[in-house]
Amino acid sequence: MTTLVKEPDFGTPASKMEKTVTLTIDGTKVAVPEGTSIMRAAMEMGTAIPKLCATDSIEAFGSCRLCLVEIQGRAGTPASCTTPVAEGLVVHTQTPRLAQIRRGVMELYISDHPLDCLTCAANGDCELQDMAGAVGLRDVRYGYEGANHVFAKQNGKANAEWMPKDESNPYFTYDPSKCIVCNRCVRACEEVQGTFALTISGRGFDSRVSPGMSESFLDSECVSCGACVQACPTATLTEKAVIEIGQPEHSVVTTCAYCGVGCSFKAEMRGEEVVRMVPYKDGKANRGHSCVKGRFAWGYATHTERILKPMLRDKITDPWRETTWEEAIGRVATEFKRIQYQYGKDAVGGITSSRCTNEETFLVQKLIRAGFGVNNVDTCARVCHSPTGYGLKTAFGTSAGTQDFDSIEHTDVVMIIGANPTDGHPVFASRMKKRLRQGAKLIVLDPRRIDMVRSPHIQADHHLPLTPGTNVAVLTAWRTSSPPRASSTRRSCASVATGRTSRSGPRSCRDRSTRPRSPPSIPASIQPRCAAPLASMQPAATPPSTTA
Amino acid sequence: MTIPFLSRSRTPAEDQPRRTVRLFISKDAAAVAVGAETVAAAIVRSAAATALPVEVVRTGSRGMLWLEPLVEVEIDGVRYGFGPIEPEALAGLLDAGILQADLKRLLAHPASLGPVDKIEYLAAQTRLTFARCGITDPLSLDNYRALGGCKGLEKALSLTPAGIVDEVAKSGLRGRGGAGFPTGIKWKSAHDVAGEQKYIVCNADEGDSGTFADRMLMEGDPFLLIEGMTIAGLAVGASKGFIYVRSEYPHAILALKAAVAVARKAGLLGANVAASGRAFDLEVRVGAGAYVCGEETALLESLEGKRGIVRAKPPLPAHKGLFGKPTVINNVLSFAAAPFILGEGAKAYADYGLGRSRGTMPIQLAGNIKRGGLFETAFGMTLGELVDDIGGDTASGRPVKAVQVGGPLGAYFPRALFDTPFDYEAFAARDGLIGHGGVVVFDDAADMARQAKFAFEFCAIESCGKCTPCRIGATRGAETIEKIMAGENDEANLALVADLCNTMKFGSLCALGGFTPYPVVSALTHFPDDFRRPAPRLQAAE
Repeated sequence: MTTLVKEPDFGTPASKMEKTVTLTIDGTKVAVPEGTSIMRAAMEMGTAIPKLCATDSIEAFGSCRLCLVEIQGRAGTPASCTTPVAEGLVVHTQTPRLAQIRRGVMELYISDHPLDCLTCAANGDCELQDMAGAVGLRDVRYGYEGANHVFAKQNGKANAEWMPKDESNPYFTYDPSKCIVCNRCVRACEEVQGTFALTISGRGFDSRVSPGMSESFLDSECVSCGACVQACPTATLTEKAVIEIGQPEHSVVTTCAYCGVGCSFKAEMRGEEVVRMVPYKDGKANRGHSCVKGRFAWGYATHTERILKPMLRDKITDPWRETTWEEAIGRVATEFKRIQYQYGKDAVGGITSSRCTNEETFLVQKLIRAGFGVNNVDTCARVCHSPTGYGLKTAFGTSAGTQDFDSIEHTDVVMIIGANPTDGHPVFASRMKKRLRQGAKLIVLDPRRIDMVRSPHIQADHHLPLTPGTNVAVLTAWRTSSPPRASSTRRSCASVATGRTSRSGPRSCRDRSTRPRSPPSIPASIQPRCAAPLASMQPAATPPSTTA
Repeated sequence: MTIPFLSRSRTPAEDQPRRTVRLFISKDAAAVAVGAETVAAAIVRSAAATALPVEVVRTGSRGMLWLEPLVEVEIDGVRYGFGPIEPEALAGLLDAGILQADLKRLLAHPASLGPVDKIEYLAAQTRLTFARCGITDPLSLDNYRALGGCKGLEKALSLTPAGIVDEVAKSGLRGRGGAGFPTGIKWKSAHDVAGEQKYIVCNADEGDSGTFADRMLMEGDPFLLIEGMTIAGLAVGASKGFIYVRSEYPHAILALKAAVAVARKAGLLGANVAASGRAFDLEVRVGAGAYVCGEETALLESLEGKRGIVRAKPPLPAHKGLFGKPTVINNVLSFAAAPFILGEGAKAYADYGLGRSRGTMPIQLAGNIKRGGLFETAFGMTLGELVDDIGGDTASGRPVKAVQVGGPLGAYFPRALFDTPFDYEAFAARDGLIGHGGVVVFDDAADMARQAKFAFEFCAIESCGKCTPCRIGATRGAETIEKIMAGENDEANLALVADLCNTMKFGSLCALGGFTPYPVVSALTHFPDDFRRPAPRLQAAE
């Protein structure tokens, strides 16, 4: 029986350090990696310290002040999200003193928040609700006549602090009256997505989330990736679908088919209806992030303009006529057979796309070979990846990708050749940008000045706008200047790119004079990556046939 | 003491055979505010008109603010003071022969104060940090050196970095900005961290109401701050420093920029400090009107060009500070104490004071006080001695009701607590704080309920908005005090304020929200009558 998949939120990201630290939390000994926050250590132990501004996709912030704990030997009540574990610490997460402070903090939050839980879109999925319950809030002694962001009018006058709902974005709304200024959306847009479209405008009590320069979401730099909506603990940022339909009741984990990243999603459903698509944290490609396509633009599946019945027409000038599956398939089969009879067997062929699944491509080639009895089948992947497949197989013994997406988190240098990740593979681009902001270097080889060349807090260390068609020459020049030095590579690359070269024209892999005489050896470091014994890997001796 | 003043406008060859009369007038902002520029200009005009050989030297302030504009004249090596000389009173002083240095006539002038060094207010002080303030030309390196300047730097250059840190640690110096954190420990943390680039940042945001010591020093003896920061740079291995000055201090900003240029030209800043081969340079940066940017991490955010929001600690700035690099960030007075410590020795500094409060504190007497100004003294004087004896009680003549020590987030102390010695721990034991050394006096016309409300309002206006207790709590606190003052549900609301203060004290991310309870709770504790209001309406007679 499936239910709504609710992944645990550990509060702060996992530590990458290796040394283990042992500490005591609420009387229980816990061992966690050095650098882990006390909040995460408690959560891994099964104790959820109350929190509102912390979530494990972004770094700790320390603003809500709910997660305070008491540490023996240390004065005060430090925040468990920003305090790292230390050997031998003795921590208490629940004491009368902490309970009083937490209740005081929640009382302040609720004194400036609408009391419409029962009709709110986040009813049942609201961390503010959860925390009010967790700390035992029973009343708000401040009353509701004071300054607030909730009421449009107060005492007959317009309330200057109130802002109307922003419904400009087709997929989600922003309701400032419910905002608790936890900054999770701002931090998600910075750390996870890397667009930096959001900030807080105003100081103190006036603080409100501001897309762009206090513009509407649609007018701002927002790319509708949905990270802010996912991060928001209240109904302030909510999917319009949730507002219209209500809370989902079960999840199906699936993979987005829009692009080559292959993000994992939880399709949250109510019955047969998809309410929303939420990124799955365990997805190895996306690790809980998404882009607009998989997150929001899945409405085509149930679009009113979607063709649901097969249609036929005899001539291209005829109108479409709805028909049955039997008639439609029968007509297609008969016609293809006629064409083969009339013009010869080889008059029919098929092409599949690398955007099709492996299963779909298998079926196409089976249809062509077994059904039509010919070998006229191809895929765009062959044109695209035939040379890279040859190169990888020759160098590493296997022609698949050599890295997993997680490896971007450890890289020191990224080189992008002829790709535009920001648009083509947005979620991976975000992961790459995060690593670049941490200090990794970036080299871009592309005639276009792609977004990665200059983006918020990102600047390519080298951008080589080479002439289209000179990729091979550039890379060969790179390979021949050893050890590669940026300046000499730049010079040789630059000279090739402008076309002024002593060689005549670009090289191609058909030029036998450039083929290595003997296959190079396979680096031992490949073995763990490919999960195949080194002894079984052989470099290819001849390039694959280039004729059909 | 005679200081070899070199006139900037004349060469020695041009010196007249008749001795030049030297007058000293402060160009400190406080003095300017009461007419010092007008007085100085008028004197120069008069001297020119009578063709008398008069030189007017503009100095920092002596710190006796009730005497400004203070006009000093040097006669036979002694500086005699006259103050306050408002522009209207200048004519009388000119008649008394100030331009001719006619001592006998001058001493009979009603505003004559006698030798300035012997004025009790000054004579009772222990001026280690403010030794030169008001005496020298702030931008003259010769003046600076003649009165002991650069001695600390020379000593520091002869020590290892660890040796400098050790000396500061032994002196017992604690951060003079307000937190009172042992400066030696802070410098040691930054020294011990590995890092090619480290920074020294001076917190010159001095936002506390009633404080002006940083400003006075930056205007009156900027080389002292430069020397202190250079010593810090040598101690921890930092090659670059920033002075973050609040935008509301335009005179200090100009003085600092000019002093940095002079120091650089003289080789005291740059790639080769004092020909030692070590590098250290300074940049003056200006704030933009936010009290919260006086909080060290919000200051770093502001310096980095971001919104002035408080950072969570850990990490400490000493480990990850400006641009993520190890950073020593200290108050102006903390850096300014370093040259004395290095020059005269840690023991000489530590010999002043008591307990864990060592050295001197430049106390700023302000508010409704008769003799407001800067009083630098060893820790240990009682609050009463400062307010009654030194300060001379209120300016209004009415009895003192409350004294707020430590800025707008300090506790209000009634006369009953006047025996509290000026000492970090002694004030803390009575739920107060020394802070940056500001002492603001209130007479009995003050309404302490309004003061408590003001504490919340101040917090609400200056809050960065990051943490909930401060962002929302400050606003709710002011509203609740207002309800109490209007007589609504006194008991319930008083209990609510107490609970709110507890939440803010232990829940806030920084001292802005964390210390707002100090003035509120002290007002409630010591002046409960101000909060009890009679019922607002009488019942209508039936």
